[in-house]
Amino acid sequence: MNVNQHTPMASPYGQPQPGYGQPTYAPLDGGYPTPYAPYNGPASAYQSGVPQQGYSPFTSFPSKAVAANPVSDLSSPLDLGPARGPPASGPPPASAPLQYNQYSHSQGDMQNGPPPMTQAPPRPAVSQPYNPGAMNLSQPSYPQHYGPPPTMQQVTNQMTGMQITSGPPTPAGPGYAPPHSSQPPVSTPYSAAPAPSYTQAPLPVSSAPTQPPPPSAPATSQQYYGGPPPPSQQPFNSSLPPTSQQQFTSSVPPPPASQQTLPPSSYSGPVPPPSQAPPPPVSQPQQSFPPPQPPFSSAPPPLSQPAFSSGPPPPAQGSFPPRAPPPSSQPGSFPPPGPPPTSAPSCQYPGPMPPQQQPPPSQPSPYHSGPPPPRAQMPLTSMAQSNHLPPGPQGPPGPPGALQQPPPQPGMQPGYPPQQNGAFGQVRGPQPGYAGPYPGQPNYGAPAPAPAPPAQKRLDPDAIPSPIQVIEDDKAKCTEPFTTGVRGQAPPLVTTNFQVKDQGNASPRFVRCTAYNMPCTADMAKQSQVPLAAVIKPLATLPQDETPPYLVDHGEGGPIRCNRCKAYMCPYMQFIEGGRRFQCGFCSCVTEVPPHYFQHLDHTGKRVDCYDRPELSLGSYEFLATVDYCKNNKIPQPPAFIFLIDVSYNAVKSGMVSIVCQELKTLLDYLPRENPEMDSVVRVGFVTYNKVLHFYNVKSSLAQPQMLVVSDVSDMFVPLLDGFLVNVNESRQVIESLLDQIPEMFADTRETETVFGPVIQAGLEALKAADCAGKLFVFHTSLPIAEAPGKLKNREDKKLIGTDKEKSLFQPQVSFYNTLAKECVAQGCCVDLFLFPNQYVDVATLGVVPVSTGGSIYKYTYFQAQSDQERFLNDLRRDVQKLVGFDAVMRVRTSTGIRATDFFGSFFMSNTTDVELAGLDCDKAITVEFKHDDKLSEETGALIQCAVLYTSCSGQRRLRIHNMAVNCCSQLADLYRNCETDTIINFFSKYAFRGVLNNPTKAVRDTLVNQCAQILACYRKNCASPSSAGQLILPECMKLLPVYLNCVLKSDVLLPGADVSLDDRAYLRQMISCMDVAETHVFFYPRLLPLMKLESGSLPVAVRDSEERLSKGGVYLMETGLHLFLWVGASVQQELLHNIFGTPSFSQIDSSMTSLPVLENPFSQRLREMIDSFRAQRSRYMKLMVVKQEDRAELIFRHFLVEDKSTSGGASYVDFLCHMHKEIRQLLS
Amino acid sequence: MTTYQEFIQQNEDRDGVRFSWNLWPFSRQDATRLVVPVSCLFTPLKERPNLPPVQYEPVMCSRANCKAVLNPLCQVDFRAKIWACNFCFQRNPFPPSYGGISEVNQPAELMPQFSTIEYIVQRGPPAPLIFLYVVDTCLEEEDLQALKESLQMSLSLLPPNALVGLITFGRMVQVHELSCEGISKSYVFRGTKDLSSKQIQEMLGLTKPAAAVGQQGRPLAPQDAAASCRFLQPVHRVDMNLTDLLGELQRDPWPVPQGKRPLRSTGVALSVAVGLLEGTFPNTGARVMLFIGGPPTQGPGMVVGDELKTPIRSWHDIQKDNARHLKKATKYYEALANRSAVNGHSIDIYACALDQTGLLEMKCLSNLTGGHIVMGDSFNTSLFKQTFQRVFNKDYNGDFRMAFGGVMEVKTSRELKVCGTIGPCVSLNSKGSCVSENEMGIGGTSQWKVCSLDPSTTLGIYFEVVNQHNAPVPQGGRGAIQFVTQYQHSNTQRRIRVTTVARNWADAQSQIQHIESSFDQEAAAVLMARLGVFRAESEEGPDVLRWLDRQLIRLCQKFGQFNKDDPTSFKLSESLSLYPQFMFHLRRSPFLQVFNNSPDESSYYRHHFVRQDLTQSLIMVQPILYAYSFHGPPEPVLLDSSSILPDRILLMDTFFQLVIYHGETIAQWRKAGYQDMPEYENFKQLLQAPLDDAQEILQTRFPMPRYIDTEHGGSQARFLLSKVNPSQTHNNLYAWGQETGAPILTDDVSLQVFMDHLKKLAVSNSV
Repeated sequence: MNVNQHTPMASPYGQPQPGYGQPTYAPLDGGYPTPYAPYNGPASAYQSGVPQQGYSPFTSFPSKAVAANPVSDLSSPLDLGPARGPPASGPPPASAPLQYNQYSHSQGDMQNGPPPMTQAPPRPAVSQPYNPGAMNLSQPSYPQHYGPPPTMQQVTNQMTGMQITSGPPTPAGPGYAPPHSSQPPVSTPYSAAPAPSYTQAPLPVSSAPTQPPPPSAPATSQQYYGGPPPPSQQPFNSSLPPTSQQQFTSSVPPPPASQQTLPPSSYSGPVPPPSQAPPPPVSQPQQSFPPPQPPFSSAPPPLSQPAFSSGPPPPAQGSFPPRAPPPSSQPGSFPPPGPPPTSAPSCQYPGPMPPQQQPPPSQPSPYHSGPPPPRAQMPLTSMAQSNHLPPGPQGPPGPPGALQQPPPQPGMQPGYPPQQNGAFGQVRGPQPGYAGPYPGQPNYGAPAPAPAPPAQKRLDPDAIPSPIQVIEDDKAKCTEPFTTGVRGQAPPLVTTNFQVKDQGNASPRFVRCTAYNMPCTADMAKQSQVPLAAVIKPLATLPQDETPPYLVDHGEGGPIRCNRCKAYMCPYMQFIEGGRRFQCGFCSCVTEVPPHYFQHLDHTGKRVDCYDRPELSLGSYEFLATVDYCKNNKIPQPPAFIFLIDVSYNAVKSGMVSIVCQELKTLLDYLPRENPEMDSVVRVGFVTYNKVLHFYNVKSSLAQPQMLVVSDVSDMFVPLLDGFLVNVNESRQVIESLLDQIPEMFADTRETETVFGPVIQAGLEALKAADCAGKLFVFHTSLPIAEAPGKLKNREDKKLIGTDKEKSLFQPQVSFYNTLAKECVAQGCCVDLFLFPNQYVDVATLGVVPVSTGGSIYKYTYFQAQSDQERFLNDLRRDVQKLVGFDAVMRVRTSTGIRATDFFGSFFMSNTTDVELAGLDCDKAITVEFKHDDKLSEETGALIQCAVLYTSCSGQRRLRIHNMAVNCCSQLADLYRNCETDTIINFFSKYAFRGVLNNPTKAVRDTLVNQCAQILACYRKNCASPSSAGQLILPECMKLLPVYLNCVLKSDVLLPGADVSLDDRAYLRQMISCMDVAETHVFFYPRLLPLMKLESGSLPVAVRDSEERLSKGGVYLMETGLHLFLWVGASVQQELLHNIFGTPSFSQIDSSMTSLPVLENPFSQRLREMIDSFRAQRSRYMKLMVVKQEDRAELIFRHFLVEDKSTSGGASYVDFLCHMHKEIRQLLS
Repeated sequence: MTTYQEFIQQNEDRDGVRFSWNLWPFSRQDATRLVVPVSCLFTPLKERPNLPPVQYEPVMCSRANCKAVLNPLCQVDFRAKIWACNFCFQRNPFPPSYGGISEVNQPAELMPQFSTIEYIVQRGPPAPLIFLYVVDTCLEEEDLQALKESLQMSLSLLPPNALVGLITFGRMVQVHELSCEGISKSYVFRGTKDLSSKQIQEMLGLTKPAAAVGQQGRPLAPQDAAASCRFLQPVHRVDMNLTDLLGELQRDPWPVPQGKRPLRSTGVALSVAVGLLEGTFPNTGARVMLFIGGPPTQGPGMVVGDELKTPIRSWHDIQKDNARHLKKATKYYEALANRSAVNGHSIDIYACALDQTGLLEMKCLSNLTGGHIVMGDSFNTSLFKQTFQRVFNKDYNGDFRMAFGGVMEVKTSRELKVCGTIGPCVSLNSKGSCVSENEMGIGGTSQWKVCSLDPSTTLGIYFEVVNQHNAPVPQGGRGAIQFVTQYQHSNTQRRIRVTTVARNWADAQSQIQHIESSFDQEAAAVLMARLGVFRAESEEGPDVLRWLDRQLIRLCQKFGQFNKDDPTSFKLSESLSLYPQFMFHLRRSPFLQVFNNSPDESSYYRHHFVRQDLTQSLIMVQPILYAYSFHGPPEPVLLDSSSILPDRILLMDTFFQLVIYHGETIAQWRKAGYQDMPEYENFKQLLQAPLDDAQEILQTRFPMPRYIDTEHGGSQARFLLSKVNPSQTHNNLYAWGQETGAPILTDDVSLQVFMDHLKKLAVSNSV
């Protein structure tokens, strides 16, 4: 019923909002400027909300905004629903606006004024203000505006994500409502938060703080929610530290937890529960109401956000108006209440709610519902929300974030909105801020302890921050292109599909930072321990709808550069003196503008041609390099590809040789080229080898290829020049004849020994002789034990694992390859290594050259033609075809104050600044760590310019420039508000994986845990509101840090299982070193999709990587970036089996199949489509493994259920979180 | 006189032996005073159509350190079936197979006319002939093409069962595998790296891993053979393959920058060739045929750097010790040559280039292994093509005129010891009782290895009489020398040729006249020349000349008839009359004079001088000059400037060159075209006569001489003018009158002046 009302409400709001937003804001700004300002900072959140709503100006934010709106809508609806209910909707505009205005104003101002720059400052300001409150501030602020208690509540609500639920509660309180709404969480929480909850909540809250949670919470929860609520709450509690867990668990009343967190806002607590309680139903309804979902997902989220941002009130109005869905969200909020009524509500909600909820249906619903429905439908869902909350609890800050996010998740329905709010660009910012408020969450923590009893031993996994929720929230938020014009704006997560518009900073596809708000001083940085790093993928492939970097030619003089620091012309160069000079943004040096580059300035000091020149208006572009930038001052020759194929017994027998030869015949037509119309200029050469090397003369004038055997492996040389490297088209006949004959020639070989060092030397010498750069493709099978340079011994010794000597196993066995790698780099010789080992081959040593030259290693253990051919060939095809640059040098320049100090990736460095890459392809990322060497200024922010000089595959020398500007902050809270956990994990993993070279793995793990604990402790200490030490409070942006970090710690490299070979570890270690954020993310936290239902156009919402999430009756698809598993439950439905495998029974599934049968049914089609699209996303082809439940192969699969305890002793997520909490507490005490 | 001349001729025809003295002084002291040592030129494989080989093993003296072969000089007790070794006087029973022996039933080896006899022995499996082509690919396209054709042609000349192999080189060295189908396969070696034989064999896959050998021991042989077969295949099996392979041979593909020589890895190529054969066919006859179009420019054995601005060493550089690579390269090739010689493989060098190709450094390859050296301007000349073809000449039996793996052993009776040998051989370091401590040539051994022999291969062998002065001359005693030459015949048989010669002892006090008349001045001249050339290899030119002069003067003092201090009274007997003249021309010859010759040319000339037989050697020392004119039939004329007349056509044969020189008048007539007029048919015939004679020489000589057709005033006339005795020069032109001869523009002394001076010195007390 409510829903219905809401929906209507929504529409009205929507209308009003447009107009409303602006006016309201304006006034608001005037009124609340300062206080809000800070919030505005978080503006992101705001923006998100705003833009979507009506703030066309904020187009940039739209995406988030949109999300926000929905959230807000939801929340607002919820809030409205419960608290103000209809009224809000109706009048809401006005009232809400006001309140919101405050928030919104600040935000709005930020956005409006200086969409880009202005915002930044505001944010800082905001943050500061918040900081005090940050978490707290929010509370205070809230209090001020709304009244202290509410704020707290809200905060907590927000924090918890549950907050949303709580939010709703707040909404209950008129004053709060707005805040809540403003806060991301608001939406769901709020919705969930139904008044009732509040009432209860308060109580819980109070209780929570004190004895907290446990008792009270549970009780409360129970009371409030009765059965259902508690569960959700419990999870939360559980999420908390052990104690907290118990509490949480007990708190089943997670809601209570939320309450607790909210404690301050006793409301929140109550709210959540209520919300949750209701939500469950809601969620259900929502789910049931798929239709609405769509709207929600798209529109709703935004709405909610905006709504929130703008103000809960507006949300109702604005959000609603904009979209019907929002209303739905509102309904959703109601729904919670409604949910219970499921049937009815559902009906009602269907329209609105469904959209959001449905998409997520199961999960989302849980989440969304989570708050509300959690209990009802899915404990899980509830958990989810609760989780968010819990996280909140655990990391109070987290909760906020979590809450917010969770809400977003719930956002699916109501949840989304909240999350979105939180998640939304600024939202995040705000979230942190909220987090502060959430400190309340800590309460959760506290409460959690109490709840402990219920949860007892175990935290409810649903109560802890869920990656899935976060990911889904972010997805939901992101509906508009991400524009890079705003400094310090965190981009959407890597798991989100979004479009990027380059407006002056490099796209996140090229550069991602760990922190978009860098601390101004080294002290701050040290205190926070948050790594300052950027993951740069200079030649990343852009999607079709994004423009590749423009090529700029500055003529004979070469690119214009700063005289002092040699930074290249970029948007940060300030033109002065009428355009005659420019001042470097990096070092402030003033440089004359060369006459041919002179241009007048307009009245704002911008060059008139600013937008005509990519280098003045874009973040990424390329310069055409002059001959001065070429090696030896010579225009480079076109590169060459040399294929070096092992033809020893093993290679021939496994079928590798014939497969490679067969494939090359066609593959050679697809050598990389820049202009698809033209033939590739890349020349090719062929070598086979076992103990000796065979070069082939394939000169076009020959009738038959000629084989030249070089047995002098101790002193490798190239036996011929003319005829070795040839143009494919000219020598096609000879090459084909060669490729036909190679397998025959060696069919009867009995040679088992191989060499390796000389093989690379041979390629290197060939390139030297031809005076060009190039790439070697080495297909190798075994440990090179033949007498030759680089000969290796089998040194695999499992006894060393876990000892101090373990590190030596990661180090190369001989120094020969290091020297060789250096020579390769000097020549621009990139080495790609394809390994087909049947036993130990010492990847750690063999990989030295590929890793140092920017190459890749591919490993196919126990290669068998039949089953591995497809994977290998796809990898090979991609590897050969992908665009690659040669002879590259990368230099990262930064503003005075910070400095790039450390680099991780596949490259070689001969000094401390230049990253030399013999080859650089589109899949290689380099992680750069920055350290302070001076102070940064908040005004100018920090600038990063990454310049890569390389030779394109057409032989052109170019410079690719990526510019990145981030904000600087003097308040820690700002830092925590603008972090990207995925990137941090990327950095940590690379840092740790390099660390194992020189330290015992245990020390490396401890270091990671310590640093992580310090980060979180610092946050807790400096940014979170004071609360019981027993609470775990996580920053919103980092609430997933523990779970991801745990994944890193459990990885095979750092914690090998008994069955993990040394080679595998070395292989993974080297592979990670050049992964970008998206790859590390999925690698450490695999994507697990339930396949019970498939729809075209959208993917099912993932579930968390835990066995508990698997249903016996289901089928799941897991993707790790390297593997693809199709897990089939033991009691899977026949129909599913029939659709997927075409077999009627579980036992008839052939678990050795590597591709699914092609069946003419939509399900099968869609599934195969999905698999194909997954494969297309990754740089390596993933072989499909069908895993039947309780099959032996399931062990492998389980290894990737990273939230569970691993067989090698890795902690489960829950356990680790407790551990982390303990660490933090130790640090704090 | 005639008796001695006939005796000498008969001996040469029957045994291929020419001694400097045909009566030997009985004491060491006397022998020393004769100046010219007791020595001989021995042609081991002299063609003897009338000498049917016998199909059994030789009977040898049973004394371990003697092992002389039964010969006609042995005393035989037919009744007791015992023979006495004429070297050690050991009494040996005949083997059972000689049971039927009697005065009327004697085995061939006891018959006097079989002082040279050849045994065919059945030892081991028949060894195939092996030809390994080592081909430089840094040639001009035209040259390479011609060379390829020659090589392809040569395949048809080889016996079908002969094994062939191919190594090509330029910057890299490629060993071609001949057995493969489809893809042609070759093993490549870097041209700059000196590899040991073991490494090479390993890299070619010719050796099994040490472990395998250790475990399995011998049974690997078949595999070895199979392995080697990849590189050395019977002609009949790879004929087509190899022809194609040669046809596809590309010029060395590495770019040669301007101002540089192509990088030519001759040293490594040879090392690989030697290593390959060493590993596959040790002690089997094999011929490595090296074709080069320029000097080695990199790696071991480098003769000159690749910078064109640094020219290849000249005699001037060498004398100034300015030849950077000379010693190192020489040492390198010597080591290779020795390895090759030990295994019985010979190395031919076919060097065709306008500039030097490093023969100076590489000559030992051929000199020590009995290989040929052929020098030409281009592979695209008939000189090379025909010479190369002539390598595969066949004898009256249809067998190649080449033999491999020769081991020559010298046995002497007690009064004699062998001092050494000069010729294309290496010492086998076989010490024995008949080895003198006084070394001349390659000494210190009684066995020499001659890896490749042909019917004209001639060794100079030097002896020492060791009898004490006071020992009695045995009545009718004779000194005996036995040459035992084992070799692999080109039809793969193993053969042993035994030549036993004996000369009477004479008392130098009482029989000096006899000794003098037994002097073979031609043989002596060549033998002394060989000594001179041998010394010239290691000593400064002037020292060698001084030594030669001193020897000549001492000889003249010893045998000349003169009144003290009266040059005009000086007379030499007929048996010595030509000797001073030979010495005069020898002094002017390119064997001892390096002026106007590059180091390569000198090496080339010397190479041939120390291996050709007496006749050819004499031609080299003193070229033959024939005159054709209307005044009479063609006649040999003095090698003197006075022989150059306007109305004569001269044909000069210096062995290396054939010069046809048209006198001034003849040249004018020819230019006027009289020969084309029917009424001057006789002129045409006159013009044709020397051509026909030249053709005859061209047909038979190996290596084919450079053929020069020139005329008075022609630039090529210098070949003639540099050879003739400059009796008329610009200095004495007017003194001699203008009616005859042509003046030579030289400051060299003429024969007349030389003789005058010699007489003066001979009659004086000094020296």
